[in-house]
Amino acid sequence: MSFEWEWFPKLAEGLPLTLQITFSCIAIGIVLGVLLALGRVYGPRFLRGICIVYIQFFRGTPLLVQLFIVYNGLPNLGITLTALQSGILALGLNTAAYQAEYFRGAIQAVRGGQMLAARSLGMSLPQAIRYAILPQAFRLVLPAWSNEFILMLKYSSIVFTVTLLDLMGKAKRLSARDSRSFEVFLVAALFYLVLVFVATMLLRLLENRVRIPGLGAPSQHR
Amino acid sequence: MLLRVEDIHKQYGKDKVLCGVSFTMNKGETKVIIGPSGTGKSTLLRCINRLTPADQGRVWLDDEELTHTRTNINKIRAEIGFVFQSFNLFAHLTALGNVRIGPMKVKRMNKKDATTLAMEELERVGLSDKAGAYPAELSGGQQQRVSIARALAMFPKLILFDEPTSALDPELIGEVLEVMVSLAKEGMTMLVVTHEMGFARAVADEIIFMENGVIVEQGPPKQMFTNAKHQRTGEFLNKISELYGETG
Repeated sequence: MSFEWEWFPKLAEGLPLTLQITFSCIAIGIVLGVLLALGRVYGPRFLRGICIVYIQFFRGTPLLVQLFIVYNGLPNLGITLTALQSGILALGLNTAAYQAEYFRGAIQAVRGGQMLAARSLGMSLPQAIRYAILPQAFRLVLPAWSNEFILMLKYSSIVFTVTLLDLMGKAKRLSARDSRSFEVFLVAALFYLVLVFVATMLLRLLENRVRIPGLGAPSQHR
Repeated sequence: MLLRVEDIHKQYGKDKVLCGVSFTMNKGETKVIIGPSGTGKSTLLRCINRLTPADQGRVWLDDEELTHTRTNINKIRAEIGFVFQSFNLFAHLTALGNVRIGPMKVKRMNKKDATTLAMEELERVGLSDKAGAYPAELSGGQQQRVSIARALAMFPKLILFDEPTSALDPELIGEVLEVMVSLAKEGMTMLVVTHEMGFARAVADEIIFMENGVIVEQGPPKQMFTNAKHQRTGEFLNKISELYGETG
């Protein structure tokens, strides 16, 4: 077994793309996920139905299939996206479904009296959601949401299948060139490990930063 | 006349909770609603500000019919304070944050003015030193006083109290009642569901006795305690007075 120092800078070239895809799809996932969760909890029946179908579809089918539908399938309908756009869109739509379920759980975990109190002050339903429910739901959801963030960081590696040169794409190319798959992918794994470690630390920091006495689970990290 | 409640009916499934309740309140009055649990007292309060929609019947506040579908209920709710049995303070906000959020978000007051106002209201319930504390860091009695301050900061025409001391440890009830008594004496219009007969005796202009979804009897405390027209009223008042340590 032998390693080449040259692999490290070469793999590092894929890092920005990995991070760009992760952050972009997470951002899509938050916005769409919150909307889906609100639709499921507060929406009229037909809207709830639409949200449930969406969530079931994206949680019930493989991410890789979803990516291929977007990248290879959509052009048949006349919608052609670049590989990067396809990767971000597919991952974003997918994580939105998972995040929606986490947000829904958190919204429903906020005590019922909070909504009543907000409405009794004269807040409209959207105001009550924005000022009373969501600030609490966001804190409650953080632990589950942190897991989802880390999953997406790792799942972003599937975009190599649509020719993108992210961390995984770079590793694939190096292993083909040097014919030392074991070592190259081991180094790639190390890169992901460090990324996940740093992300975990930052998310814990965030959790502690926004913690409020009496709200949410006690710290699970010590 | 500030509040007029007319023939309110409410049914949950087959369970008739309110079967035609009517009464009125003048500005500055304090009325206390008593009655066995499950009689619809809390439901009645919630029907008044439409937190629970009534099946039938109408409610007017200052000649505006708030049961009318065209009425902007949010605007009217802002004029009716509501104090809950379980406080329902916003868990993510400090005492100060809880009191100023109504003026800021509903009345669009700027943060500086809302903060000044909120501090005054906290002072009024004796909690200005707890402005920075979160609900979980306050005792039940303190939480309930903050929730009264939260209602007061909206300058309500009327405050509805739904068993405000029932969730409190006995030694914390006094501090909440004290605040309510002083509000009543300052001329706040208050409709209070409670078993605290001492409070009723001290400040109520009228006691309303409800049972099985209807008003059995209403009258000034003196008359109700000593000279109730209905046997049930007398029995209930005696039982409550015994339970809560209030004697004739």
